[in-house]
Amino acid sequence: MPRASTAIDMTPMVDVAFLLVTFFILTTQFRPDEPVQVQMPSSTSMTQPQEKGNLTITIAPDGRIFFDLDNQNYRRELIQRMGETYGINFTLDEINAFVVGSSIGMPMNQLKSFLALPPEDRRKVEQPGIPADTTKSLANELYYWLENGRRAGNNPVILIKGDLNATYPAVRNVFETLALSKVNKFGLITADEMPPPPDALK
Amino acid sequence: MAEMLTGSEGAHHGKKRGGVRAKKLSTRVDMTPMVDLAFLLVTFFILTTTMSKPKAMQVVMPEKDVKDTAQMSKIRESESMTILLGGNDRVYYYFGIENPKVEVTNFTNIRKVIQQRNREVLALQQANGWKPNGVYIGIKPTDKSRYQNLVDMLDEMKINDIKSYAIVDPTPEELAMLPE
Repeated sequence: MPRASTAIDMTPMVDVAFLLVTFFILTTQFRPDEPVQVQMPSSTSMTQPQEKGNLTITIAPDGRIFFDLDNQNYRRELIQRMGETYGINFTLDEINAFVVGSSIGMPMNQLKSFLALPPEDRRKVEQPGIPADTTKSLANELYYWLENGRRAGNNPVILIKGDLNATYPAVRNVFETLALSKVNKFGLITADEMPPPPDALK
Repeated sequence: MAEMLTGSEGAHHGKKRGGVRAKKLSTRVDMTPMVDLAFLLVTFFILTTTMSKPKAMQVVMPEKDVKDTAQMSKIRESESMTILLGGNDRVYYYFGIENPKVEVTNFTNIRKVIQQRNREVLALQQANGWKPNGVYIGIKPTDKSRYQNLVDMLDEMKINDIKSYAIVDPTPEELAMLPE
């Protein structure tokens, strides 16, 4: 009787493995390099925001505010509009640095020098957040980011991504500024949570 | 383990059987390194991928120009409920408008309170032939509350199917009523 071979045909295993690799490659989205990490509160909401073209205001745990517009063409128009509003001339390199970037949390008077930094250094900068209060003055920079962002982004969906530990005064500033800009409908980004079973509601 | 059939072995086998097949080399490739690599990649992508997509909760704020006091005045005292979000995840609530009796609770127990008040108000509205809107809830987050409290409370509105609620700033009188 011939000795049975211990070799296994690995072809199906390789097939499956590469199928999985392909699946994960296609579904993975790499997280963009965000200047601040937020831990989102959970809700039972089931609506999924669209993936691109949103205007997102991030509120860090310490109350710093960051602004993001998720489309490179919109971002180019946004930075030009912001430059006009605040009388700042951005160079082509600075505009490009802004266009490929992610959330921004720099006051306007520091934005130009921030964008002029090389990318590695920019990542190291601790951004102080966008100044916001409840007025329409130029000091409420969030208001002008929002106004210009809405115009540049063609009335984008407005989302607020707050950290669960963000204190309410910062959240109020964002809400009030949104109200100033006549935005009454917006979304709060939350993580998943199972809704309670129906009989628990009796 | 994997197959270790090499060309010379194949040739050796061939010779044993004596002949022409001697030159035929094996077409089998050792797949072990490929499998190793494939599973390494699978592991990498499993670990880096985030499966749960974030959700968005839709919020509608009251219009700024129309002062909410005008709207509020239309709500009968017996139909209203005010929830104040305090520090340390505490929840204060009271019913009505005049001479409120402020009670303290937490986020687990507030659901029962909201449901009971909603049922009472619905019964009252039915008995009097008022619009059956259920309880009108004012959510008032104080400066000490955190963002999660607000989101939890808004979620509570959705879970309990409360149709009329608004996020409003607490008045100085209300803040004075809170024991802190």
